[in-house]
Amino acid sequence: MSRDPAPVQCRDTAPVPEPNGSFAAVVRDAADTGELVVQPRMGFSAPERMRAGLSATRDADAATVGTITLDSYTRVGDFAALRRADADGTDLNGYPLVTADKTVTTTMLDDVRTARFPVQVRHGSARPGPIVDTLIELGIDATEGGPVSYCLPYGRVPLRESVGAWASATARFATVGPRAHVETFGGCMLGQLCPPALLIAVSVLEGMFFAQHGIRSVSLSLTQQTSMHQDLEALHALRAIADRHLTGLDRHIVVYAYMGVYPRSASGAVTLLTDSARLAVLGGAERLIVKTAAEAFRIPTIEENVIALEQAAATARHDVPDGEAVPDTGIRADADTLIEAVLALDDDIGAALVKAFELGLLDVPYCLHTDNAGRTRSYVDESGRVCWSDVGSLPVRPGADLRPRHVGSAELLGALNHVRHRYDAAEPEETYDLPAGTAAPRSRPA
Amino acid sequence: MSEVSRRRPLVLVSSVSSDSHTWNLVFLQLLLEETGHEVVNLGACVPDELLVSECAAHRPDAVVISTVNGHGHVDGQRLIDRVRADERLSDLPVVIGGKLGVGDEDDTALAAGLVQRGFNAVFADNADPASFVRYLESVAPPRLVRDAG
Ligand code: B12
Repeated sequence: MSRDPAPVQCRDTAPVPEPNGSFAAVVRDAADTGELVVQPRMGFSAPERMRAGLSATRDADAATVGTITLDSYTRVGDFAALRRADADGTDLNGYPLVTADKTVTTTMLDDVRTARFPVQVRHGSARPGPIVDTLIELGIDATEGGPVSYCLPYGRVPLRESVGAWASATARFATVGPRAHVETFGGCMLGQLCPPALLIAVSVLEGMFFAQHGIRSVSLSLTQQTSMHQDLEALHALRAIADRHLTGLDRHIVVYAYMGVYPRSASGAVTLLTDSARLAVLGGAERLIVKTAAEAFRIPTIEENVIALEQAAATARHDVPDGEAVPDTGIRADADTLIEAVLALDDDIGAALVKAFELGLLDVPYCLHTDNAGRTRSYVDESGRVCWSDVGSLPVRPGADLRPRHVGSAELLGALNHVRHRYDAAEPEETYDLPAGTAAPRSRPA
Repeated sequence: MSEVSRRRPLVLVSSVSSDSHTWNLVFLQLLLEETGHEVVNLGACVPDELLVSECAAHRPDAVVISTVNGHGHVDGQRLIDRVRADERLSDLPVVIGGKLGVGDEDDTALAAGLVQRGFNAVFADNADPASFVRYLESVAPPRLVRDAG
């Protein structure tokens, strides 16, 4: 990707002041003017392409903030693999922030950052120390994660170790001052098939963990799932519970456009994205992270990201129906019960989280991590809501919808593809950039 | 007295060292169990050495590597070198599948490279599960074993 030839169009070229111009302040200012902030999930290995992606994000017709998503060698701390990839010119699935030349990254950031365009680093690492130290060095004030949400979905680092690593990295990040902002990934976890009460509980508990380690500005996340009604009820519950447990902090709510198996048709992908924008506005969220029409296939291009940002922003501005009252099906009560059960275990939130997973009081369905009890299961019911089929040892009401039964491969695939099928139904042919056909098994030369 | 019985083939399912995706692994485990296999699922982000030591410990009939994060072609090459370097594992059927690159690469070339390095077969993202299971049955059929009575 070559450098953007067009003259850089800045909204504001003033140097980043403190604390105005912080990530959180920019989101707050947009919210005050009734704008939903939209943000991509973007990360490229080549600095020129990363820079072009950030400036295209900034210049999109939308209220945007920038993202640098890190590659998965950096996430797992495999610095030898990064050196080899660099030597071979291999394309990575994100920007290698820790090993990239600091002056190159600084120049890139100086080129794109303004007082109204901050940049957040998203990474997925259970051992965030080197990443957080690099953020501090580069003056980046916003990141994402959490001791549980960047551990269980992201590999095999023991939960106890992740909690320790996150505690010390968070405390170091907090020394940056009140502008240091951390978003929890707890409202997503494995991206799909997680009943929202559990997502809310992890989101709020991780927010409390950050606060306990000195962070004054947090965002609480929740992913769009299979039902607009369920998602809206969950967002209202998240806000109410955050109001109760996270007082005295700067905070906002961020919605993730669907994080599970994505529609393959262009029209299905756009409709799902614009529904996520409606969900964010109706649910009172301040920020939305988008997905693109390339999601089901490969890492999206810069152009695909810009299109998604503008589509989401246009929907949020002009195409949101009037909100209707959502019935209370008990998400809030379940989330409260989960949070109280965890808080009762220890005054130290990190220690309480470790104990809760040991006891199965928190237990993420289908999560293979060895510190997850693995006794819960979930399914998508006829009305399209994610429900428990087995609550394991979770202290939530089993409810009338509980259906303990074995879920086979076909049923699991059906549940994982529920959203994709619904949104692709209008266009059953896979029209978007279909990759080459099935590769027949190839025999190894003897 | 001794009895002859059919032993379910043991399949080791695993990701590569940098890949944290697990829904693919959960799905493949269920699929293989339903088609008469015993499965050991090593989960996400499996270091090369761990895969090699688990193979040596379990002596599986086949290994299924699944990866979708886009680093699979690089991690897969390094991994299969390590597996084939262990003489106990030089003939072990090992297949890989999923989304092997980040999108810009030529998938056919990536697959050919992986086979040349030592994988027995490469399955694309949209491979038909039935043909995958048939392939596995051909390289790792149920064994007849004589149990001491
Ligand atoms: C859910 C999800 C996640 C979850 C995963 C949680 C978890 N622990 O599993 C979260 C949010 C944590 C996540 C994180 C990341 N993800 Co992700 N994720 C997805 C998503 C949305 C769905 C995947 C899924 O659940 N599929 C369901 C399972 C059952 O299907 P499957 O994995 O596609 O596998 C099927 C086939 O490929 C095939 N198959 C797979 N393996 C094998 C093996 C054999 C032998 C055979 C025969 C068949 C086979 O069988 C399956 C059933 O059909 C996909 C995009 C999509 N598909 O919509 C992106 C996607 C896979 N992720 C992607 C990436 C890059 C990442 C990250 C690196 C972040 C980033 N840079 O964007 C991190 C991972 C960090 C790391 N260390 O690896 C990319 C990969 C890009 C590429 N290869 O070009 C995708 C395609 C999104 C995108 N377009 O950018 N992700």
